[in-house]
Amino acid sequence: MNEQTIIAMVSILGASLTMALGAIGAAIGESRIGAAAMDALARQPDESGSITRTLFVSLAMVESTAIFCLVIALVLLFANPFRVAD
Amino acid sequence: MKVRIFEDPLLFRINGLPITETMITSLGVSVALLACALLLRNSAFRRPDSQVALFARLTVKWLDNMVKQIVGRPEPGIATLSGSLFIFIAASNIAGHLPGVYPPTASLATTSALAIIVFLAVPAFGIRAHGFAGYLKHYFRPNPLLLPLHLISEFSRTLALAFRLFGNIMSGHLLVALLISLSGFLVPMPFMALDLLIGLLQAYIFAILSTVFISAAVGAGENE
Repeated sequence: MNEQTIIAMVSILGASLTMALGAIGAAIGESRIGAAAMDALARQPDESGSITRTLFVSLAMVESTAIFCLVIALVLLFANPFRVAD
Repeated sequence: MKVRIFEDPLLFRINGLPITETMITSLGVSVALLACALLLRNSAFRRPDSQVALFARLTVKWLDNMVKQIVGRPEPGIATLSGSLFIFIAASNIAGHLPGVYPPTASLATTSALAIIVFLAVPAFGIRAHGFAGYLKHYFRPNPLLLPLHLISEFSRTLALAFRLFGNIMSGHLLVALLISLSGFLVPMPFMALDLLIGLLQAYIFAILSTVFISAAVGAGENE
């Protein structure tokens, strides 16, 4: 087991952990946003336009953390700076 | 399998100036959009009651209304900027579904350029609305201690804009590529349909967020 193998192993482990933990946070946040938007829509159906707009904007805001995790995981897997190209 | 995340294949050089694939595809999207806009404009002038003219007017009105609802008053300047951002990003995302075209927005260079446009437009609109000193004053509000936080938020939201668009479009494309290499050719179709939706949604979100940022700068210090 040479050094490159260890680096590859740790990168794969790190990538999967990054994606798993990052997805948990974003999923919880997005579900809360969706529930709150449903609640607001049920209370005030007339405001559906502005509720939908803010819903999408806040969904995007929360989702960006998961996207950052995805980018980091992809960097670890495919563009790892510590791995010597073979 | 060749996975493409950050790299951008170099096609050729003009006098040593490197021309990458993203530059060609984004140029193609821009040219197609300009041609569409000229066509719509001509037909709207020639026959103002045709369906094409109606479509053009509805589009412009929709973008104007979107900005008006966020800023609170009609702002043609902001509507021009964020409407152009929306149309360009939506067209680039959809162009990625043409066979053989890699979407320009799936490259970090394009999304960073778009985010830097927004980053520069925020102080430009703010200074136009409040003057140089009036705009700088909002950095020291409500307390001068918050100046570092204001500065950090300016940079971090620009970074987030660029990475959100890049990550969404690139990951959608990568997912389809992985599924094609794993399974075959009809399996990724539902994901491509989802990609179409996500592409339009991300373009909308980019435009809305840039409008929100600019309107915060334009309205800064108004309600005192």
